[in-house]
Amino acid sequence: MTDLPTSTEKKLGLVIDLDTCVGCHACVISCKGWNTENYGAPLSDQRPYGEEPMGTFLNRVHSYEVKPEGGAAQTVHFPKSCLHCENAPCVTVCPTGASYKRKEDGIVLVNESSCIGCGLCAWACPYGARELDQAEGVMKKCTLCVDRIYNENLPEVDRVPACVRTCPAGARHFGDFADPESNVSKLTAERGGMDLMPELNTAPVNKYLPPRLKDSWDDESVLAPFLEPVAEETQGFMGWLDKQLSRLPGDVKQTEGAE
Amino acid sequence: MTFQQPKIDTSPKVSDEIRKTTCYMCACRCGINVHMKDGKVAYIEGNRDHPVNQGVLCAKGSAGIMQVNAPSRLKAPMKRVGPRGSGEFEEISWEEALDMAVARLKPLRDNAPEKLAFFTGRDQSQSFTGFWAQNFGTPNFAAHGGFCSVNMAAGGIYTMGGAFWEFGQPDWDRAKLFMIFGVAEDHDSNPIKMGIGKIKGRGGKVIGVNPVRSGYNAVADEWVGITPGTDGLFILSLVHELMKAGKIDLEYLAQFTNAPGLIDPETGLLLRNADDKVMVVDSVTGDLVPFDQKGARPNLGATYKADGKTYTTVMAKMAEKYLDPQYAPENVAEKTGVSAKKIKTIAAELARVAFEESFTLDHAWTDFRGDKHDKMIGRPVAMHAMRGISAHSNGFQTCRALHVLQIVLGTVEVPGGFRFKPPYPKPIEQHPKPHGKVSKSAPLDGPHLGFTRGPEDLMLKEDGSPIRIDKAFTWENPMSSHGLMHMVISNAHAGDPYKIDTLFMYMANMSWNSSMNTRGVIEMLTDKDENGDYVIPYLIYSDAYSSEMVAYADLILPDTTYLERHDCISLLDRPICEADAAADAIRWPVIEPDRDVRGFQSTLIHLANRLGMQGFVNEDGSAKWKDYADYIVNHERKPGIGPLAGFRGKDGDKVGRGEVNPDQLDRYIENGGFFVEHIPEGADYYKPWNSAYQDWAVGMGIYDAPSPYLFQLYSEPMRKFQRAAEGHGDRQPPENLRERVKYVMDPLPFWYEPFEDTAVDLDEYPIHALTQRPMAMYHSWGTQNAWLRQLHGTNPLYLPTKLWEKYGFKEGDWAKVTSTHGTITVPVALQEALNDNTVWTWNAIGKRKGAWALDKDAPEAKQGFLLNHLIHELLPAKGDGLRVANSDPITGQAAWFDLRVKIEKADAPAGEQSQPAFPEIKSPVGQGPDHLEWKVGK
Repeated sequence: MTDLPTSTEKKLGLVIDLDTCVGCHACVISCKGWNTENYGAPLSDQRPYGEEPMGTFLNRVHSYEVKPEGGAAQTVHFPKSCLHCENAPCVTVCPTGASYKRKEDGIVLVNESSCIGCGLCAWACPYGARELDQAEGVMKKCTLCVDRIYNENLPEVDRVPACVRTCPAGARHFGDFADPESNVSKLTAERGGMDLMPELNTAPVNKYLPPRLKDSWDDESVLAPFLEPVAEETQGFMGWLDKQLSRLPGDVKQTEGAE
Repeated sequence: MTFQQPKIDTSPKVSDEIRKTTCYMCACRCGINVHMKDGKVAYIEGNRDHPVNQGVLCAKGSAGIMQVNAPSRLKAPMKRVGPRGSGEFEEISWEEALDMAVARLKPLRDNAPEKLAFFTGRDQSQSFTGFWAQNFGTPNFAAHGGFCSVNMAAGGIYTMGGAFWEFGQPDWDRAKLFMIFGVAEDHDSNPIKMGIGKIKGRGGKVIGVNPVRSGYNAVADEWVGITPGTDGLFILSLVHELMKAGKIDLEYLAQFTNAPGLIDPETGLLLRNADDKVMVVDSVTGDLVPFDQKGARPNLGATYKADGKTYTTVMAKMAEKYLDPQYAPENVAEKTGVSAKKIKTIAAELARVAFEESFTLDHAWTDFRGDKHDKMIGRPVAMHAMRGISAHSNGFQTCRALHVLQIVLGTVEVPGGFRFKPPYPKPIEQHPKPHGKVSKSAPLDGPHLGFTRGPEDLMLKEDGSPIRIDKAFTWENPMSSHGLMHMVISNAHAGDPYKIDTLFMYMANMSWNSSMNTRGVIEMLTDKDENGDYVIPYLIYSDAYSSEMVAYADLILPDTTYLERHDCISLLDRPICEADAAADAIRWPVIEPDRDVRGFQSTLIHLANRLGMQGFVNEDGSAKWKDYADYIVNHERKPGIGPLAGFRGKDGDKVGRGEVNPDQLDRYIENGGFFVEHIPEGADYYKPWNSAYQDWAVGMGIYDAPSPYLFQLYSEPMRKFQRAAEGHGDRQPPENLRERVKYVMDPLPFWYEPFEDTAVDLDEYPIHALTQRPMAMYHSWGTQNAWLRQLHGTNPLYLPTKLWEKYGFKEGDWAKVTSTHGTITVPVALQEALNDNTVWTWNAIGKRKGAWALDKDAPEAKQGFLLNHLIHELLPAKGDGLRVANSDPITGQAAWFDLRVKIEKADAPAGEQSQPAFPEIKSPVGQGPDHLEWKVGK
């Protein structure tokens, strides 16, 4: 058993916008690149050129289909990494103290030198956000790029997790949820940011912004504002055109594209 | 005991050095920061200062590190020692390799230059490779545009002087409605993702038109799951609705397009004056005036009588055509699979946003007539389209239709709409015509590829036979501006129009995923004549990796990876400009190759020097350039204009035009690997007609003189071809193509059934089949990448619910899929968000056993498959027994997406091996390691 801090000064985490995530996996690979080179052991790959290639990733994108009643099916891309829960079950289950939640910022980390690779934390995590590295035998997970966000060797603008820096669609945001004025707190409030599986009482820090309503035009009950015809055939159209042009002698400029 | 939190270093050293260069993991050409540790590549991230990606980077870009260490990299030049296709090679020295190539090429150049066919695939140096081919003297050169998206490029250039992607972009900061057509997952990679994020972020709407709802279409607010091949019909139905309601921008049409042009009722050509200027009727004076006369107010509705003829406007012709009930939403709903209500709703929304959400920018500007404007009118509707609409046999007309839709809304080159990127806009008058005059030991008479203006520009010999091996610029495809790479092997094998000696290819996987009829192509490459000689006598190939194509070459000239080479992304070629700026960029060797490989462009220079090719050697026979870097800096296409526009002049302070600067590459490196020159405010919109822009472009060396022009709603070059088919002129199509040319060369866009739909029994083959590339692999050279293949290692055939249930499929099932040409047996999966009558798969995941240094049981080589086996490069024979290319009849673009199939449930083949399966190739590079722990810093 490892204790969680009673509270943390900051609650650092991510807001992930499911309305704009196009499922490109940029965050997945950027994360792999940074974290194989940096914090802890490299993220190994087994059979990288063989049958059933299987490597360690701290962040993965899953795609789901959703079919609303009577509507067209939709595709939702769902990036998933550690949510840095306030009541992190992966921490309390750890027998060696290797899994811990930092009191200063709430980041959940694994101290690899005391991790015995027992896998209890991965079993305890309801989100499947931890992966046991097959080469090193230690548990790997999202560090929120703890070695970037405070890193004085990086320009200040780059002191964000690799996945946030790289996301082409701007669907990932990093900040402090303890500060109600932070970008992430505001986005969560404005867009109805949601917890993943709130019923488990893990109190995840990361939030997901839900996709906006789609396919409103498919609803047959909604009366659409169709265009009013000015003409049905060529002669009528040319007559209309004539009127448009003659209404403004010498100055077609005011027509503004057909009122 | 209280838990003691470990102390960790939160400020570790990131790298020893950052080297800034240009990505080449796809064709998007983003700026990258390559972090180096101990002289090795440690991490790659986006360059925040770069105009293309502004710091972000896609999965491919970040995975570049796995491309640079890929076990599939070729190690040294090789000559074939086993039979073609066996993969048996012997490594040789560069000296021997170049000697072998020269021994083959020299006699060809001296006696029959056309016997060399030089085709490059994913080549980003076409202005250079074309220059090489031109100086060799063969007419047979093109890159991969013919099997990629020439309909898109040519449709745009012929209509409005530019198309999407490299030619232009939506006004991401001002558009409120963004409509995408047939955009699979990419093209171009990061800018579209960034743009969609921006538009949605400020509450704008995205409409996705695509049979498959993945990628961008997944985040689209409204999805139009259209039936493949019917986009043109859908688009023209929108045009119909807009015209019928008068929701078109009359001022824009009158001023900036040839809508007021006067059509001669006898010739169908536009009335021109002695200076060849299109004439219009002025709506104030009623006089006939040249379109560009100062103060002219062209009358869209005019009629003009002369010589007993009554000329009417293009606008009148458009009204007649597009108001026809055949384009009414009710009449296209069934074919397109889009309800009439939805078409009407979309038309209404386009009109509402274009005209009711119109806004103005206080940017004063002067148009080409000399008239001053104090503001710019915004029409915040932007569109983008790609291969989904263009890779059909009706793709060119569909692309034209899309531009007509944008133009009638007045939303091209205005705030909020679609904007060109320098060096575009560029009307066809600013492009070369094709050239094909061959002389022994001498350069071709001009650049190979260009834009035909009429029958006189076709590449035909006196006897009417094609000049080019790919039959580009013939009556089969009169406007094939990018050539037909997909026909080269087939034609060379058939000796039609003639036999060649050497096929020289670069980065083109023609024996696998880049060819239609893959098995047939493999047979052509290995076929022998009665003497036991290969029918295609000699094949030289350059690639950085052990692709499927390597095994079929006789001589391999190994290329470097993109981090080990010089390159220029040039304004002369396919540049990286933004709508607000001209930009170009370089690659430079941020690491040196650890193998005996050379950048392909340098190899071409070495060959040219040995061959003594004009253009490459001085009069005394000495080499002008020792390698590609030398060429990039010192070559001048015209005096003062070279491959790179930045840091010219001896002090490096000249832009666009200026003498050679020997330190130019260093200046680029200091500047982050790129160069940007911004367009001044007031010159930033209305570029084809804006005097300030035209003057700026001349200063940059983009034009030699201001070149304002009108958008070509009505295409006169097309009319000229059509008119020839009607029996006019010296050059007329052969009888077997006459009716087809007459029909498809309509000078106003129209929709016709894709050819395959009219050639096959649709009761037997009722289902559409197509491919997409996943975002994480689009345009990337090989799925051998250790990280990316973990994202997309298999490619089931996706079926919509309706077909899934109809055939009773279950998870894990296999299907036999048959076209008129072939059969494949492949794994299936259900996708609900898919057009009811369409199946699809990811392209190019399937690999040949033995290629790419992958295990023979890798999922790519086992369950992975290609749809290519179902697609023939020729259309079925008609009554006359003659077969023409399975391509667009105007441009020759490969009609990949016309494919029709039938499906039945099948037992899983033995070993769950997708069929057809091909014998394993012997890998010339061995196989990759069985584990990776990649960390270069210690």
